[in-house]
Amino acid sequence: MLEIKGLNVKLEEEDKQILKGVDLSVEAGTVHAIMGPNGSGKSTLSYVLSGRDGYVVTEGSATLEGHDLLDLEPEERAAIGLFLAFQYPVEIPGVGNMTFLRTAVNAQRKARGLEEMNATEFLKLIRQKAKELQIDADMLKRPVNVGFSGGEKKRNEILQMAMLEPKMCILDETDSGLDVDAMKLVADGVNALRGAGRGFLVITHYQRLLNHIQPDVVHIMSDGRIVKSGGPELALEVEENGYGDILSEVA
Amino acid sequence: MATLDQTTEVKEGVDQETVDAVREVGGKYKYGWETDIEMDYAPKGLTEDIVRLISTKNEEPQWMTDWRLEAYRRWLSKKEPEWAMVDYPQIDFQDQYYYARPKSMEQKPKSLDDVDPKLLDTYAKLGIPLKEQMILAGVEGAGDTPAEARDGERKVAVDAVFDSVSVGTTFQKELKNAGVIFCSISDAIRDHPELVKKYLGSVVPVSDNFYATLNSAVFSDGSFVYVPPGVRCPMELSTYFRINAENTGQFERTLIIADKGAYVSYLEGCTAPQRDKSQLHAAVVEIIALEDAEVKYSTVQNWYPGDEDGKGGIYNFVTKRADCRGDRSKVMWTQVETGSAVTWKYPSCILRGDDSQGEFYSIAITNHHQQADTGTKMVHLGRNTRSRIVSKGISAGQAQNTYRGLVSMHPKAKNSRNFTQCDSLLIGDRCGAHTVPYIEVKNNSSRVEHEATTSKVDDEQMFYCRQRGMDEEEAVALIVNGFAKEVLQALPMEFAMEAQQLVAISLEGSVG
Repeated sequence: MLEIKGLNVKLEEEDKQILKGVDLSVEAGTVHAIMGPNGSGKSTLSYVLSGRDGYVVTEGSATLEGHDLLDLEPEERAAIGLFLAFQYPVEIPGVGNMTFLRTAVNAQRKARGLEEMNATEFLKLIRQKAKELQIDADMLKRPVNVGFSGGEKKRNEILQMAMLEPKMCILDETDSGLDVDAMKLVADGVNALRGAGRGFLVITHYQRLLNHIQPDVVHIMSDGRIVKSGGPELALEVEENGYGDILSEVA
Repeated sequence: MATLDQTTEVKEGVDQETVDAVREVGGKYKYGWETDIEMDYAPKGLTEDIVRLISTKNEEPQWMTDWRLEAYRRWLSKKEPEWAMVDYPQIDFQDQYYYARPKSMEQKPKSLDDVDPKLLDTYAKLGIPLKEQMILAGVEGAGDTPAEARDGERKVAVDAVFDSVSVGTTFQKELKNAGVIFCSISDAIRDHPELVKKYLGSVVPVSDNFYATLNSAVFSDGSFVYVPPGVRCPMELSTYFRINAENTGQFERTLIIADKGAYVSYLEGCTAPQRDKSQLHAAVVEIIALEDAEVKYSTVQNWYPGDEDGKGGIYNFVTKRADCRGDRSKVMWTQVETGSAVTWKYPSCILRGDDSQGEFYSIAITNHHQQADTGTKMVHLGRNTRSRIVSKGISAGQAQNTYRGLVSMHPKAKNSRNFTQCDSLLIGDRCGAHTVPYIEVKNNSSRVEHEATTSKVDDEQMFYCRQRGMDEEEAVALIVNGFAKEVLQALPMEFAMEAQQLVAISLEGSVG
């Protein structure tokens, strides 16, 4: 589903190489986790895949179901089913959470040649999804992420994901800033979306999220490359011994 | 996007409605068409004779003619103000028509049934049907809840002003039953001279400023509202101004009087055809609120702004002022300014009565080469008076947007309060935002608060919206609407939706 080949990326503003040949393939219906120390290029990978400004791809390719991602605008990538749950969800003052989501849902539907979802239908759907994530009516009305706690922001990201029903979900450090209860809610939300041919790329610094979201494959990223891949046991190894051992092993 | 202009050849068999629909979607300024109708013009230029002619055409009594002539003489000695942060070529006041009336209006139609269908079509096309009908209230407001059904239907009475004359006013009978007078100002001068004599020029004196003085001399029509004591006007009142004729200035005069304990909400909308040459619009609005009266005045100003290179567009020089004459009276100005090449406008409140309140909510959006110098004056004269100013300026392209406001607390205005919040949003890096607040406090028990911020549409916000599937223009419209929300919320529901769409249209093509 998601195919990344020999991806080399540098910063636009300065001559600094961040990704140095990333190869990764996420099959439909599987959950891949990427772990790695700070500054290894994990978040950059998520930004490059979703089309944020500020990066230059110098080599390599990235496709989603055969579509060349790197050739598309961010909203076109979203329309073909790519979703990024942000590490730091952005605040948009004055725009109601529900208005935002409805605009997004209908923009994607329009791009796919579908009819807009009518208000009643939308309201019914969002209420149901919000309930599962313990998001109350008040949070749906408040401006997007404004004054939300860390946990609320992340649950809101998962709500957006549930409403937009993407094919490929990238979760960028979704566990950062979450307490145990919030993490469980988020993980439940993600697990409910698993299967149905949906791919996941879970980026995390710590193993603890992976206790709740069981990955099929774990990759270790370091200095712009994936240096080791394995099963869920690889995450446990990191948890026990830190990154040092693995990194010195592959060095 | 390719746009269909008026001259594009249309293949045979293509439905006119389809063509119109495409024009509406593709065109940048969707009200830019003109109505082909025979007009009566007064000769070009301005002289005492023209002033007399206008007065005669309106069948005015002598006192009104004298009033106009007095204004004209004063105007001759006045200079155009130069302090505003706007820049435009010298206006040749002798190269304008000061009076233009559709030929079919020579005999004033007795009822709407007698009005020239072409005129009715014009307003229908603008979405302002002049039939006495319910206005569907099912529009989605600026609020967050989609689909929360609004109950029932609401009525809006409309007065339509086409170039220099009022075309017709709806719901006359029903308003009359409530005791409300809502008619064109020319009718009021004839039918209610005692009210007009008493109040006209009592808020904006004849010699107030260059444009107001000009208006006093040549105003052709406009709306008149009188709400008697204790009456809550049973429906929204609305005037729709349309400039159609070329090289013609529009000078309308609006006078609104809310007697003791009365309430009225008034809406004003404006559009004009798309032309290469700029046109002048200089209106005066006077509001009088007596004891315990409340007036809400909302404007959605969408005069033709000129093209992308700054060619053409309306020069909008407007004097709007409310006098909160009675104790505990309240006036609220709400304006959404998206049109005009140049805007010069400061709807103000004189808070004369004790405990009176003035509010001003404004969004001014400028794009391409538009210039707006707008704001308000809150003059606190009475005790315990309150004012609140919320102004949002949004600039894109190479536009310049200035907030200019005065808050003045006089010695007798003890314990008065003002709160001012001015925010500016810049889209792109060639536009400008300026805030010029003047504050005068002459007593030591009053309090004035001022907040000002300037921000740019944030790249992070844009990316977030786009990652969720919105294109750049949708994303900007959403972010800007959020920025403007406080003001949009103050609008009557019927206008909130229109205003939201206007915001999006006005910024079209401003990103990327």
